[in-house]
Amino acid sequence: MKTFAYLSAPDVPSAVRAISTEPGAKFLGGGTNLVDLMREGVEAPDTVIDITRLPLTGVEELPDGGVRIGALVRNSHLAANQLIRSRYPLLSQAILTGASAQLRNMATVGGNLLQRTRCLYFYDSAAACNKREPGSGCDAIGGFNRGNAILGASESCIATHPSDMAVALVALDAVVEVESVRGTRRIPLVDFHRLPGTTPQVETVLEADELITAVELPPLPLAATSRYRKVRDRASYAFALVSVAAALEVEGGVVTGVRIALGGVATKPWRAHEAERVLLGAPATDESFRRAAEAELAPAVGRSQNEFKIELAQRAIVATLRTLLTEGGAA
Amino acid sequence: MTQVQNPPVTTTTTTAAGKYVGQAVDRVDGAVKTTGEARFAAEVPYANVAHAALVHSTVSRGRITAVDTTAAAAVEGVISVITHENAVRMRPPSKVSPIDIDSMASGTTVNYLNTDQVSWNGQPIAVVVAETPHAAHEAAGLVRATYEVQPSTVDFKAEAPNAEPQPSSLILPSGGSKGDAEAALAAAPVSVDLRFTTPMHHHNAIEPHATTAVWDGDRLTVHEASQSVVWVRKHLAHKFSVPAEGIRVIAPFVGGGFGGKANVWAGTILTVLAARMTGRPVRMLLTREGVYRTVGGRTPTIQRVALGARSDGHLTSLIHTSVSQLGRVGGMAEPVTSQSSHLYAADNLLLKQEIVKLDQIANTSMRAPGEAIGTYAIEVAIDELAAELGMDPIELRMVNEPETDPLHGRKFSHRMLREAYARGAERFGWANRSPEPGVTRDGRWLVGMGVATAYHPSFQLRANVTVRVSVDGGVLVRCGFQEMGMGGATAQAQIAADALGVPFESVRVEYGDTALPLAPMAGGSAQTASVATSLLAACEKLKKSMLELAKKSSESPLRGARAADLSARDGGLFHGGRGETYASILARAGIPSVDAAIGSETRLGDLVGNMRFMSKFLMDRRRWVKAACGAQFCEVRVDADTGEVRVSRWLGVFDVGTVINAKTATSQLKGGIVMGIGAALSEESLVDPRHGRVMNPSLAEYHLPVHADVPRIDVEYLDVPDPTMPLGLLGIGEVGITGVAGAIANAVHNATGKRVRDLPITLDKLL
Repeated sequence: MKTFAYLSAPDVPSAVRAISTEPGAKFLGGGTNLVDLMREGVEAPDTVIDITRLPLTGVEELPDGGVRIGALVRNSHLAANQLIRSRYPLLSQAILTGASAQLRNMATVGGNLLQRTRCLYFYDSAAACNKREPGSGCDAIGGFNRGNAILGASESCIATHPSDMAVALVALDAVVEVESVRGTRRIPLVDFHRLPGTTPQVETVLEADELITAVELPPLPLAATSRYRKVRDRASYAFALVSVAAALEVEGGVVTGVRIALGGVATKPWRAHEAERVLLGAPATDESFRRAAEAELAPAVGRSQNEFKIELAQRAIVATLRTLLTEGGAA
Repeated sequence: MTQVQNPPVTTTTTTAAGKYVGQAVDRVDGAVKTTGEARFAAEVPYANVAHAALVHSTVSRGRITAVDTTAAAAVEGVISVITHENAVRMRPPSKVSPIDIDSMASGTTVNYLNTDQVSWNGQPIAVVVAETPHAAHEAAGLVRATYEVQPSTVDFKAEAPNAEPQPSSLILPSGGSKGDAEAALAAAPVSVDLRFTTPMHHHNAIEPHATTAVWDGDRLTVHEASQSVVWVRKHLAHKFSVPAEGIRVIAPFVGGGFGGKANVWAGTILTVLAARMTGRPVRMLLTREGVYRTVGGRTPTIQRVALGARSDGHLTSLIHTSVSQLGRVGGMAEPVTSQSSHLYAADNLLLKQEIVKLDQIANTSMRAPGEAIGTYAIEVAIDELAAELGMDPIELRMVNEPETDPLHGRKFSHRMLREAYARGAERFGWANRSPEPGVTRDGRWLVGMGVATAYHPSFQLRANVTVRVSVDGGVLVRCGFQEMGMGGATAQAQIAADALGVPFESVRVEYGDTALPLAPMAGGSAQTASVATSLLAACEKLKKSMLELAKKSSESPLRGARAADLSARDGGLFHGGRGETYASILARAGIPSVDAAIGSETRLGDLVGNMRFMSKFLMDRRRWVKAACGAQFCEVRVDADTGEVRVSRWLGVFDVGTVINAKTATSQLKGGIVMGIGAALSEESLVDPRHGRVMNPSLAEYHLPVHADVPRIDVEYLDVPDPTMPLGLLGIGEVGITGVAGAIANAVHNATGKRVRDLPITLDKLL
C-alpha cells in the first residue's frame, strides 16, 4: 500500500472543502472496499479524508412517507431498521445477503454505492484492465469471466457491479443526494452509475469533488411485498451470480404494480424496465413472468464462461415473482 | 542419547482403550491458543527485527533482462532490495533420490534469486527488507522488472494429450495391472466408461506461511510455520552451506498445513537469505496472494474410470487412469489411482498414471494426495454402474468387497467396510432413499442421498523419542514432531500417561523443535502412529529402568518383582497389591530423574536407523495392505430453479482402528469432510491458460465452504484396533476428505438425475 496523508473532516462543509483542494484524495467511509483496493495497489490515493465523524448517520421518515438514509448509516443498522424492514423488506434482505456480519458492521450506504467490481483482472495489477488502466485492454473477455456481465457491457469492459444493496435501491427508485463546494445535487440512482462504453474507468456521474450525503426512498406501498433473491456459488460470503430485487402488486389476478432490478449480471445495478413493462397489466402467471424475463434478457450477451447467466437470470426472475405471488402476499 | 534401539514391530492385538486413550480429552494447547499466548512463527518477538516482502514475476517463462529497484529503495524505511543481481550465492537444491525421503524437502528446483530465469508466473524475483511490513510491501510494489519472454506451456487441458507415463517409486506407486481389463470391459454385459476432471486446489491454511530468521555467525534460528522442521533444517543447511547442527528450527504452533507446509518454499529461503545479507533478524509473513504464488497446490486431473460387470454386479473389469500435472521445476506426482487397486474385487484391473510437465510452480501434496480426488472418480463410476445394473450402490459395493487385496493378493491387516456401510445405512436411513433420481422434493428443493467409500493407506515413519520421569512425579516426553492443529501433543500425552500409569496432567510433551529427538514430518496420516510406536517402546524401557533402580534397594516393595508381572498405575509400578510410585523410587535412590530413549541422533545411528526403517517399511508393505476406510453418507438439496446445491445431512462411519482422542479425532474427520465439501462444490484455483497465472489468489474468490455451507456432521467410529499398528491406530488426518466429493456427486444425481463429472459441481452444470 502506498503511503498516504490522512485527514479527518469534522463536518460536511469541511469535507467537501478538503476534497476540492486535494486532487487525488478519496473519502474514507467504512473502508471495506477502498482499503482492500489500496492493499492490492489498485487504488493509490495521496490523501484519505476520513468522513466517519460526519453527522450523516440518521434514518428518518419523510413527510410523504418516504425514508431518508444518511450516507454514513452502517449496512447492519440499515438492515435492522424497523422502517426499512416493514416498508422496504427487499432492501433489508439485500443487505443481509451481502459480505459478512463484520463487513456489514463497517460498510456505509454511500460507500456501498461506490463499491468497485470484483472482476479478477481488475484486482490483479499484472493483468490488462481498461477500468484500472485505461487503454490497457480487457483480459476478462478472453479469460475467467464466469462472474462477469451479460448486460450493459462493452468491448472495453465486462465488469459486473458487485453491490447487493444498490440493486434493491435501484428497484425502489432511490435518489442520491450529493454535495460539493458548488452546492447540492439530487441524482436518481438509476442514472447514478454509468455504462462502461469506452471509458469504464468512469463508473458514476459523481464528480471528483462531490460527497454523497444521503439516499432517499420515495413512498412505495407495493414494496411492502418484496423480495431479494441472491443466487451464488456458496451459501454465504460470495458475490451474486444473479440476484433479483422484486416487488409485486396483484389485483384480480392481474399485475398492477411491479419493480424488478438485477444484480450480478450487469455493469451497473440493473433496473429491469423491460420486464416491468411486459408485466404491468398482464396476468400474474408463470407464463407472464417467463415472458417478462425473456424480454429483459433479450439483449444479453454471453461470453466464454457466463452464457449460463442468461438462463439463470430468467429462472431467478420467475422464481422470485412466483414466490411473491404464492408466499409473499402479492395477490 | 547414546542408546540405539529400533522400535519393535507391534504385531499383537491390544485392547487399546485405557484410562486416557480413547477419551475425549481437551487439547493441551487449547488454553494458550484461545488466550493468544501461543506465539506463531511471525509473532515471536525479537528486538530489531526487520520485515521482508516478495516481488513476484508476471510472466510464466523468461529471462529477467533488468530490475529497476530505484523507486523501491527510496521508500522510507527500506533497508535492502535483494535481486538476482546482488543476492549472495546459495547452493541449488539437491537432486531428489528415490530412496531418501529427505531429498524431497525442496518445494521446487529453482535457486531463488541466484538465477535470471523465470520458471512460473509468480516466482519471486526480489525480496525487499524494511523496518516495517508496510514499507516492505509498499516498496515491493515499486520494483519493476523487464523480461525477455520465452515460449511456455501452461494449459493443463491442452497439454494432457501429450502426457507421459509417471515413473513409479517405492513411496508412490504409479499403477499396476491384472489380466486384460480392456478385453474384459469390451466383453462385459454391463459397463460404464467415464471421463472425470478435477481442478487445481490450494490448501488455504488459516496461517499464511511465515518465517522469522536470526543468524548468529553460522548458527541460525528459524521460527517457521512448518509441518517438517527436519526438512527445513536440512534444506537450509544445504542451501547456505552451514552445518545442520548449527540450525535450530522451531515450530510449536502452526496454523494448519494440509501438505502446503510440508516442503520448503521460497519464502523460507529468502527470509533466511535476507537475514544473512542484512545482519538483522528478519521476518516474513506471506500475503494470501504470496502463498498462492510461491507454494504449490494440488494438481488438476483428468481421469478415466471404466467398469465392466456381470448382470449380478460382479466386476469383471476395473480401469482407472489419470493425467496429472507437475511443474518443470518439480512437483509431487499424485497417486490418483492408488485406492482403486484396493477397493473392489475385479477379475481384471488396469491402473495407470500419466503426467504432463508445465511451466507452472511445482505442485505439492494436499490432504490425501491421490485419494481425495481419485475416490471421486471411482466412487461416482461405481454409482453410475449401480444405476446401469439397477442395483443399490451399497449392494454393488458389498458384492465386490474383496477378501484380499485385488491387485497383488496381499492380506488386509484389517478391513471393516462391510460393517461401516451396514452401520451407516441403518443410522442414515438409507432405506428411505428413492432409487429413482429426481423424484424426491421438499418445496423448491430436489432432495437426494449419496454414498461413497473413504479410503486412505496407513503407514509409519521413523521417530526418535525420549521419556523422562522426575522425582516430582512429572513425565516429560520429547520428540520433534509437528503440531498444526491435529492434537498430536494431546494424543501422545494420553498414550504416555496410560503406558506409565501416571495422571494425564503430569505429562508434558515437547515437540516442534529440531533441538528435540528427530521425528518425521506431519504427513501421510502417519505421525501419531509413528511417534506412538517409539513412545511406547521408550515407556517400556523406562519402566524396566525404574524397576532395576527400585530393586537396588532392599526396602522397595518391588524387590523380587519381574518386569512381565508389573502393572503401571497410580503413578508407579505395582504387582499384586504391592508397589511404589516413580517419585518414591527416585527419591530413595537420590536421583532427580531417569530417561529412556528410542533412536539415535548420531550420524551412524541415524544411517542404521534409516536402513532398518526402510527395510521394515518395505517388508511391511509386501506383507500387508493397511488402510483407514469408511462410508460417507450425505443428503443434498438442489434448488429446482437455480441449481444451487446445499448439503443438508452428513454421516461418516469410519474404520480408523483405535481412536486415541475422541474429541480431536472427530475434529480431524469433520475437517476433512468440510474440505471435501469444498472440493465437491466450490473450490477451484483459476489458472489462466493464456499465461499460467492464478487469478483468484484470495479467500474472497477461492470459495472455501463457509459455515452456512456445512451441515451438522455426524462421525462414528467402529473403534476396533488394527492388529499391526501401535495401539491399533490407523491414522485419521486424511481419510475424512476421501469419498466426500463422490458422495455429494452421487447425491446430486439422486436429487436431479444429472451426473456432474467435472469438479466443482457449480450450479451452472445443473441448469
